[in-house]
Amino acid sequence: MADTGAERITTAQALRARVWNGRWLLAAGVVAIAAVYAFAGMSVYVVLVACVVLIAAAMLPTGGASQFIQSDAAIEASGLQRLSGEYLAAAVADPLIIFDRTATIVHANAAAFAAFGGIAPGMSLSLKFRAPEMQALLDSVLSGTVASDAVDYTEKLPVERAYRVSASSVGHATDLFVLVFKDQSETRRIDRMRADFIANASHELRTPLASISGFIETLRGPARNDPAAREQFLQIMQNQTGRMARLIDDLLSLSRLEMKPYLKPGTEVDLRQTIDSVIDSLGPLARENSVVIERDYAEGPLDVPGDRDELFQVFENLVENACKYGQPGGRVTVSIARGEAGPEPGIDVTIRDYGPGIPEEHIPRITERFYRIDVESSRTQKGTGLGLSIVKHILTRHNARLSIKSEVGKGAAFTVHLPAR
Amino acid sequence: MQSVHIVSAYDEELKYLSKRIAAMGGHAERMVEQAIQALVNADPGLAQKVIRDDIVLDEGQREIDDKAIVIIAKRQPMATDLREIVGAIRISADLERIGDLGKNVAKRVVSVIDGRQPTSLFRGLEALADLALTQLKEVLDVYASRSVDRIGFVRDRDDQIDAMYTSLFRELLTYMMEDPRNITPCTHLLFCAKNIERIGDHATNIAETIYYIVTGDQLPAERPKGDKTDKVALPALPVK
Repeated sequence: MADTGAERITTAQALRARVWNGRWLLAAGVVAIAAVYAFAGMSVYVVLVACVVLIAAAMLPTGGASQFIQSDAAIEASGLQRLSGEYLAAAVADPLIIFDRTATIVHANAAAFAAFGGIAPGMSLSLKFRAPEMQALLDSVLSGTVASDAVDYTEKLPVERAYRVSASSVGHATDLFVLVFKDQSETRRIDRMRADFIANASHELRTPLASISGFIETLRGPARNDPAAREQFLQIMQNQTGRMARLIDDLLSLSRLEMKPYLKPGTEVDLRQTIDSVIDSLGPLARENSVVIERDYAEGPLDVPGDRDELFQVFENLVENACKYGQPGGRVTVSIARGEAGPEPGIDVTIRDYGPGIPEEHIPRITERFYRIDVESSRTQKGTGLGLSIVKHILTRHNARLSIKSEVGKGAAFTVHLPAR
Repeated sequence: MQSVHIVSAYDEELKYLSKRIAAMGGHAERMVEQAIQALVNADPGLAQKVIRDDIVLDEGQREIDDKAIVIIAKRQPMATDLREIVGAIRISADLERIGDLGKNVAKRVVSVIDGRQPTSLFRGLEALADLALTQLKEVLDVYASRSVDRIGFVRDRDDQIDAMYTSLFRELLTYMMEDPRNITPCTHLLFCAKNIERIGDHATNIAETIYYIVTGDQLPAERPKGDKTDKVALPALPVK
């Protein structure tokens, strides 16, 4: 109803404006009609009809510039009024939640759904965001003591995320409030990474360093004139420096991965070709350990979205482990199959060895950094304790899963499930 | 969602109960998180803070008990409402216990960090705590959304916690056998691990209570117990 009323008003205003704009022409017309009346002696009715026609003509819409300016303003005004909060919320890239005085969610934008999941209009906000600082933020805004407020909010699980959250009331007396989350996880993660790197590196590098410095001491002291011992010690020192170098390589690549655990890889990778080149590159190692690598690939194209170099590293680590730790079995099977079962279609790559296997109690933990089932055998195989940790990180980035099945004495199978889309 | 009552103050009271439960849940989550952080980073100051914070949960539980009794007396609740109120009493008791367990972990921080331990000792504990905290978070999210179809996941996770705990138990025993100087910190860490495992059990209890609140049925009781530490025995090391 209000709309039609407003429309009528604008039409009337437009007509009046047109008549006003054409006032000089109108006046000239009226004068002309009067002159014709005076000289030609026409009837009064004709003159009146002529005047009405003239005014009506003036009322017809013209293409004047002023007209355009006016209608633009009208569109703009009604556009801002028509703009719904929903569209505005959807256009905001950060998670945004609109709630009412009872802290019940009225609307949440797509970013909020993506970030927090499990939220729906009608749900209580204070039940979802339970952290003490969030409760305090909601209380202070809802009680009306402050118009807007902001806190730092960290979610530790399932992945660590840090937000700067600001809450404020919307408009005047709307009884609505808005909560906006600004993601600051990236900065936080970089800080953490630096600290972790230093802690890990210093701890793990200290052992080889201590052994090297011990041997140097011996070489300068008691073993100074013993060529046989010197040769032996130098060999050990070389092994230790090699270990330190590998450790630094692994730590660096792990840190690079941790910096951006969310990177969405954009390209397609041909798994058949990637895994073939992994097996080729590990040929010498397999021969050295007298292990035969068998292939069992499914038919048809085996492409998955991902980063080729990273996936190469995954399969390299897994096949290398299988060759080293499954050595007594004498063979390693690499199979690629389409996994139609499970929640999403994808490709399953299984690397199976027939070695001693992994005891059940270690399986939940072998992807932890520096977790070693047997320190001695890991050292002799030149392991850094980071291989599976790197595998896990890369797979997380690819939305992929690693499942490990093993029976002691019968070998172990590492299955990588890569989603097809 | 609760249906609407004729007396709106009744609705308010029920809402207040669930809001208090959520606030207690948030506190419990934070306490456990910070207790583990204090342990891993050797931060006695943070541990003290956790110990002080426990009082908030104690007060929360008492307040919920009082409110719940008053509501039962005043409103004579039936069906869902009654389950909601009794459930709130049970959940708040579980949350209070979780707080106590977190506090106990925090109390041990000083004894564990006395001699600087290698971080490898804590890494397993951190992973165990991550599992337990994820479980607690999921349970409290289910309390907020009332989507009980997700309860199954919570129970599955309990098996993972048990497997992890058994593995950790074994690891700590090994450290103790390797070097007697490890016995003091490792014993404390063993208790910390046990406490965290108990937190997982309390989370499972809460999940069962929520299922009861929403559906009126009990979850099937038989649950395979995955804690195999009673079987763990390591062979004695040869005397060097």
